[in-house]
Amino acid sequence: MSMLERYEPLVDDPERFRAACRRPLPHAVRVNSIKSNIARAETALTDAGVTHERADWHPRLFRLPEDQPGANWPYVHGWLHGQEEVSVLPATVLSPEPGERVWDACAAPGSKTTQLAALMNDTGLVVGTDADVGRIAPLRSNAERLGVTNLAITHEDARNHSLRPFDGTPYDRVLVDVPCSCEGTVRKNSDVLDEWTLDRIEGVSGVQKGILRRAVEVTRDGGTVVYSTCTFAPEENEAVLDFVLGRRSCRLVDFDIPLDHAPGVTEWQGETFDPAVRRAKRIYPHQNDTGGFFCAKLEVTGS
Amino acid sequence: MSDDGGPTNVGTRFDRLPATAAERTVSGRATREAVLAFWANRYGIDRAVFADHSFWERGAGKLWAFRGDIDSPAKVQGLGMTVLRTRQEHWKPTLEATQRFGRHATRNCVRLPQSAAERFLAGRDQSLDWDGDWGYLLVTHELAGDPEPLGVGLYVHGELRSMVPKGRRREL
Repeated sequence: MSMLERYEPLVDDPERFRAACRRPLPHAVRVNSIKSNIARAETALTDAGVTHERADWHPRLFRLPEDQPGANWPYVHGWLHGQEEVSVLPATVLSPEPGERVWDACAAPGSKTTQLAALMNDTGLVVGTDADVGRIAPLRSNAERLGVTNLAITHEDARNHSLRPFDGTPYDRVLVDVPCSCEGTVRKNSDVLDEWTLDRIEGVSGVQKGILRRAVEVTRDGGTVVYSTCTFAPEENEAVLDFVLGRRSCRLVDFDIPLDHAPGVTEWQGETFDPAVRRAKRIYPHQNDTGGFFCAKLEVTGS
Repeated sequence: MSDDGGPTNVGTRFDRLPATAAERTVSGRATREAVLAFWANRYGIDRAVFADHSFWERGAGKLWAFRGDIDSPAKVQGLGMTVLRTRQEHWKPTLEATQRFGRHATRNCVRLPQSAAERFLAGRDQSLDWDGDWGYLLVTHELAGDPEPLGVGLYVHGELRSMVPKGRRREL
């Protein structure tokens, strides 16, 4: 069975799902409010002759149907960051406030980290962690280009994240955008289809559970954790939420997003999950002409 | 240990700069006071611009600006952005600091016309008609109708040398 066939029982329109997964994805850029604003960025794109259209669901997103994001003046100045459209969702859902303490558990290469910093007006503290030493330099470089100064970067396994450098104080909000099998990125990288194996999903799922568990542990009572992946596999999505709900003091909460989506699934291949996982959002490529995505919001309730 | 018996800089570690020379223990390390004075004296950037930032050294003479503060030495792999190269006769601002804070500058800024800005971004040197100070200048050009700081150039002998790091150069 192919990867896409595996998920057809979950989607409302398998034919449109399959067709959308085969279409390439247009480039998109996010306007960086630390260094510019929407009006100036749009003027600069126009002056540079870059065809662009505003995404209707997010004011800071422009699609670039004909151009690469990196070869124009506003990019050079860090006014723009090339970012897949649907991937601006988790930081938007986490919605950090200026002055808060925020952890990005799987930060590199920094698209979402820098978005969090921008939402906080470059105030408070963002701790960006990555386990892969080769991805620390790109994370630092993206943050610098975008003018982020409230970011501390740590190289460690997020499952053992240490609060010691940061006074031991728990976070107000944590983003857990975990490494995953990336099935939802098939529109920009068709290798995903060839490299897909069930073993890989099962392997990565254990890491995801460990990272989400640590995220809940280091968040203050009443704080928020957002869990996201760019994959369809329930093993990496609802099963991970179900694992943490059963072991840590937290609950899934409702949230609204301006994109068509489906609820989390409560049954998959003979396994059943906590009914609250329906509060998570599944975003399939055919619903909004984006990549595939999964996003859940948790509130830490304390013991 | 340094010549005077004090501790030396540990290149792989983030250490907060001492506030003033009187508090300095690591030989040759810049002070917060000197950093603020540098931006104010050379570029006219008000000290208040950096009021919320702490300054750190990691790497020999490489200074970082971090919005906020944490315990020093900081066991992290990145802290804000690199802003200044010190431990050399003429301190050199980074491109990132220029883009982030350069809009507050009032002197030693040179505004390039678009074609010259393109040459500068590509890493090429060019002649410049400039009757101000020699040394590191903040380079701006017009973007979306206003001057926007782009990077650092070294002005010597009638020539503006592009200091744009290799990884940031572009042919537009």
